Amino acid sequence: MTDSSTVLIDARGLTKVYGKPGDKTGFTAVDGIDFQVRRGEAFGVLGANGAGKSSTMRMIACVSPATAGSLRILGYDSGADGAKIRARLGVVPQDDTIDTELTVRENLLIYGRYFGLSWKVLRERSTRLLEFTRLSEKAEDAVATLSGGMRRRLTIARALINEPEIVLLDEPTTGLDPQARHLLWERLFQLKQEGVTLLLTTHYMDEAEQLCDRLVVMDAGKIVAEGTPAELIARYTLREVLELRFAPGERQIMTDKCRGLAERMEELPDRLLLSTDNGEETLSAVHRQGVQPLTALVRRSSLEDVFLTLTGRSLLD
Amino acid sequence: MDTLARAFSAPAFRELGYWLFRYRRTWRGSIVISIGNPLLFLTALGLGLGTLVDRENSAYLHGHSYLTFILPGILIAGVMQTAFLEASGPVMQSALPRGSYRAAASTPLEPTGILYGHLMYWTLRATQNAVLFTCVSLLFGTVDPARAPLLVLVAVLVAIAFAAPAAAWAVTVTRPSQINAMFRFVVLPLYMFSGTFFPIEQLPVPLQWVAWATPLWHGVDLGRTVALGTATPYGVLIHIGYLSVMVAVGLHVARRTYRRKLYV
Repeated sequence: MTDSSTVLIDARGLTKVYGKPGDKTGFTAVDGIDFQVRRGEAFGVLGANGAGKSSTMRMIACVSPATAGSLRILGYDSGADGAKIRARLGVVPQDDTIDTELTVRENLLIYGRYFGLSWKVLRERSTRLLEFTRLSEKAEDAVATLSGGMRRRLTIARALINEPEIVLLDEPTTGLDPQARHLLWERLFQLKQEGVTLLLTTHYMDEAEQLCDRLVVMDAGKIVAEGTPAELIARYTLREVLELRFAPGERQIMTDKCRGLAERMEELPDRLLLSTDNGEETLSAVHRQGVQPLTALVRRSSLEDVFLTLTGRSLLD
Repeated sequence: MDTLARAFSAPAFRELGYWLFRYRRTWRGSIVISIGNPLLFLTALGLGLGTLVDRENSAYLHGHSYLTFILPGILIAGVMQTAFLEASGPVMQSALPRGSYRAAASTPLEPTGILYGHLMYWTLRATQNAVLFTCVSLLFGTVDPARAPLLVLVAVLVAIAFAAPAAAWAVTVTRPSQINAMFRFVVLPLYMFSGTFFPIEQLPVPLQWVAWATPLWHGVDLGRTVALGTATPYGVLIHIGYLSVMVAVGLHVARRTYRRKLYV
């Protein structure tokens, strides 16, 4: 019986520094992080660009040696047994490495060969994967004819050719239109249902909320929070957020008037955010102070607000 | 030897398989070129220039016709050129963020496997070209059938001797202009000191020493002396030694540069 809480990825003090040892201009991309990923879960790494997400993913994919710390994946050490680990991973990188000289199906076949699979197995699996990613009609077409969303689906199909236990996705829906994103989420959710463990990085909070069972928030190479989306929202924000926009000249005066009306206030370049348990009440209080906003919006808190609370910055910088 | 064992391990063959798979698209055209090229050379230089040169009956040619003299050099120099081009442009492209090396690196393949797989592909292509060229030469009667296989072997050694260092360097290159510059200012000038079109004995002595130092001359002289039957054991050893050192050093550096590039 498989233990559903088996830890598949175990990182302790994981560090990545670019540049030569002792080099003063070296850059610490990942700064001693600890986390664990369990079998069957969809684990997210949420952070703005430059937070160290991709560097972390590359270390897990065993194509980047860790500078310090330990990283154990599927029971192996990532430094010593990279090849054994890579045999059981599926990788969907940010820059897709689809071969434009080959057709859609050929991309699956030739990539599968790297894993030592036979042509017979590959032919049958590629057909199945093309169906799964809704690319069957495009099987014999040149890659150049694919849209961005289709290319991403092809990358996912390719990542599954070796029937991996863990699939790593680095910013899987960046650059896709909403329809393509939703199709991708739906397919990834289906994968999760089939028991594949997913580890994905994203800077889209809706993606993190939709897909992830658990996530960590990364900022400047460190993990600043960990938990399920609901836990993080409950822990770091209040239930609702009142968003106010003002006319350009009035912003400072109005902002000053709003101080103390809410538990937390966040000043963004274009909006003022007031965290509160009851948005409507706070809005009334704002009006009583004589503040006349251009627009007022009451919405529930999201991971974006969690990120803002933790780092003082917006996710989409 | 551990490195030799790894060279023939299954993963490297999978990388070879990748390049052969892509070659399926272009193999017919490449065969045509591999036959057409020598045909053109043999016609232009043999029937054309050769007729003029043979009239002079130069002592430098040691009694051979101009065509017989230059033919091995043309093959070796051509092999060098192709080896460099195949091992630079495609290597640089494949090491880019969206390149095929990156795809291969995310599989159980290691960077050395990727290197050896690609190297095997270059070796096969060089063998194919050398065999076709030699066959055409045999038809023209410009090479001794008993010696033709040896000439092919020399050509393959030269190909690897140039491909290994070229790949070691090209994987670190980020701009195509750097490859153009290397080709124009380093590779092509080798022709001048290689004895391909004229014997190096015609050069002033100091320049003959320069020729001795350059790699192409060793390949051309080895190929020519083997093809004409004028090889001396001493000469053969020096030439093979020189080319082997190129292979060994090239591979040693390439293993490092490939690893550094693909495992940042």
